[in-house]
Amino acid sequence: MTTAAPLLSARDLHVTFPGRHGAAPARAVDGVELDIGAGEIVALVGESGCGKTTLARSLLGLVEPSSGSVRFDGKPLEYSSRALKAYRRRVQLVLQDPSGSLNPRHTVYEAVAEGLRIHGHGGDERAAVAEALSRAGLRPPERFFLRYPHELSGGQRQRVVIAGALVLQPELIVADEPVASLDASVRGEILALLLRLRTELGLSALVVTHDLGLAWNVADRVAVMYLGRIVETGTVEQVLTAPRHPYTQALLSVLPEAPGDPVVLTGEPPDPSRIPSGCRFHARCQILAGGEADRAGVADACRTQDLAILTGTDETQVACHWARTRVTT
Amino acid sequence: MTLLDVRGLTVTYPGGAEAVRGVDLSLEAGRKLGIAGESGCGKSTLALALLRLLPAGTKVGGEVLLDGEDVLTMRWGQVRAVRWAGASIVFQGAMHSLNPVHRLGDQIAEPILLHGGAPPAAAKRRAGELLEQVGLPAARARAYPHELSGGQRQRVMIAMALACDPRLVIADEPTTALDVMIQAQILRLIEQLVSEQELGLIMISHDLAVLADTCDRLAVMYAGRVVEEGPARTVYEDALHPYGRALSSAFPRIGDPASRFAPRGLAGDPPDPTDLPSGCAFHPRCPVALDECAVLDQPLREAGPGRRAACVHVGAAVPPPAGPAQDVRSTT
Ligand SMILES: Nc1ncnc2c1ncn2[C@@H]1O[C@H](COP(=O)(O)OP(=O)(O)OP(=O)(O)O)[C@@H](O)[C@H]1O
Ligand SMILES: Nc1ncnc2c1ncn2[C@@H]1O[C@H](COP(=O)(O)OP(=O)(O)OP(=O)(O)O)[C@@H](O)[C@H]1O
Ligand code: SF4
Ligand code: SF4
Ligand SMILES: [Mg+2]
Ligand SMILES: [Mg+2]
Repeated sequence: MTTAAPLLSARDLHVTFPGRHGAAPARAVDGVELDIGAGEIVALVGESGCGKTTLARSLLGLVEPSSGSVRFDGKPLEYSSRALKAYRRRVQLVLQDPSGSLNPRHTVYEAVAEGLRIHGHGGDERAAVAEALSRAGLRPPERFFLRYPHELSGGQRQRVVIAGALVLQPELIVADEPVASLDASVRGEILALLLRLRTELGLSALVVTHDLGLAWNVADRVAVMYLGRIVETGTVEQVLTAPRHPYTQALLSVLPEAPGDPVVLTGEPPDPSRIPSGCRFHARCQILAGGEADRAGVADACRTQDLAILTGTDETQVACHWARTRVTT
Repeated sequence: MTLLDVRGLTVTYPGGAEAVRGVDLSLEAGRKLGIAGESGCGKSTLALALLRLLPAGTKVGGEVLLDGEDVLTMRWGQVRAVRWAGASIVFQGAMHSLNPVHRLGDQIAEPILLHGGAPPAAAKRRAGELLEQVGLPAARARAYPHELSGGQRQRVMIAMALACDPRLVIADEPTTALDVMIQAQILRLIEQLVSEQELGLIMISHDLAVLADTCDRLAVMYAGRVVEEGPARTVYEDALHPYGRALSSAFPRIGDPASRFAPRGLAGDPPDPTDLPSGCAFHPRCPVALDECAVLDQPLREAGPGRRAACVHVGAAVPPPAGPAQDVRSTT
């Protein structure tokens, strides 16, 4: 995954929403670089409102970036509706079903066949639907063809949503909180499905979640997002077991299992229309507040110097003045 | 005296759904009991039954002793008094049901005015105090619900539950759908309130890991029954019931190589409460079921110090065929 060109890559991506009623614009994605290799599973984590969904939507071409670029298979995305239609065949979005991605009046068969019809699939529709359903673990598929969403369990509905994405044989799926409201026991089954699809089909995935345990379960790499930027990225093992950014450290420390004292950040996730100067995390940073940044001689930098955008590659990187003083190179 | 003692509680909905099928639980003041289990296993139904909040036509059996008095047979006037001062519920999803056109302060003060007969100025002052108690500035009393984030709204719900100084608080999924940091803030707040005010707390969640971390004891429900109960951490780390084990291993432990690229779940669908499987209700999904499990139901029984479990393998001489051997006392 290191040498081959990435399947998807974002460079210096910005998505800004105009401010309402004369308010400052919201810089929801504020300079992001991210690569996803063929067959790779990347988790994008961070608290509510940090810009995960906006980033995911811009990678899918659903929002046009204000600046920067998204390349897929080496070519920049084009935003004509025709080009986008072709693109969405190769890159599929999987949403969580409770957010209403299944139409309650459509049977399972219709829900899965819909994508084929939109894209004018020439082959055997019935066979394609059956294959997608069984890949998604709904077997025998014929038994599910005529069922309606309300006749399925939560886990089965999520499998139908996944089958709807698989039927077009995409190369990459972007899953936004795919299991957030499912029971733990069902969640495990759906995540196992994701891993199996990677093994069987070489499928790549970007999984958007605020569940770090999920990243540990399925992802190769993880990118931690804070207020529109990726602040730490690397392999799951490195980032989740030896986090270097104070924000990542705090996120991990409040998990039920975590050793040591939890660092409960106070206050609400900050506002993308008022991104602080200096390090964007500095107003909530426990390392700065506790004087450790000062002792390391970086407190001024924390307050005044923004950090460079991390590159999208698969090396481990951290956007923090203090963490950088702690590496011996 | 035990604050809450639930004995043989059963609830059958008008359509025939046997949502709660014989639950025994008890809780002391100042203690925290967690109730876990997958969606539809009857957690919310159990909570509603404790305060007689179920829809008309629902059949309820057993006893719910609050300070020794049975809520299920009380006169309505007394039930209202219990709901006012004895116990209160933070309902599942309630933070979405705040009235959008009323200021928060008025919504918090309403029950105080209604039940407590306090003069408006005092009720208003109390609303401000309650907001501060849950970590919001008293001035937020003037805000409308849409001006608050999800975490702040959940704090308001907790303030409302505390309005009448209850002795028992039932929190149904108080942190579900909040993100990890906000969840940590809310859990901290709940723990602090319980210990400061000697409340009894029942916390309902499908997140076993959160309950294990927050509560003293943990009850795992399956198909309307408690199938395992014991000290919270022990149940989480070393469940005796096969369902408890499956549920607990579905929570990945970050850093544990065994769960890396190995998400674990439980195959099969939850049972339909209008058409429950025969025998042990878990048998169609149980990895260690015996032939007899399809016909023999298993009562909850002693399974070691302070622990109970409802499985043929618990208390039996022979360890389960596939699962790890369990160190359990043989009692009946
Ligand atoms: N269409 C829009 N117009 C204006 N602001 C927006 C729009 N969409 C999102 N935002 C803002 O951009 C920020 C990022 O939102 P986004 O939905 O990407 O966050 P998220 O990380 O997916 O959060 P969650 O975990 O809650 O889903 C938020 O502050 C949000 O209010
Ligand atoms: N008013 C009702 N009438 C009929 N059946 C009901 C009613 N409310 C709940 N049920 C059924 O009773 C069973 C238990 O529901 P309950 O809401 O107690 O589950 P729960 O454990 O709280 O689930 P969740 O985790 O999804 O909140 C379910 O099968 C549900 O469909
Ligand atoms: S740069 Fe400074 S303020 Fe920012 S996270 Fe690092 S230590 Fe904290
Ligand atoms: S009684 Fe039988 S079916 Fe039920 S949990 Fe135990 S082994 Fe499994
Ligand atoms: Mg989102
Ligand atoms: Mg419930």
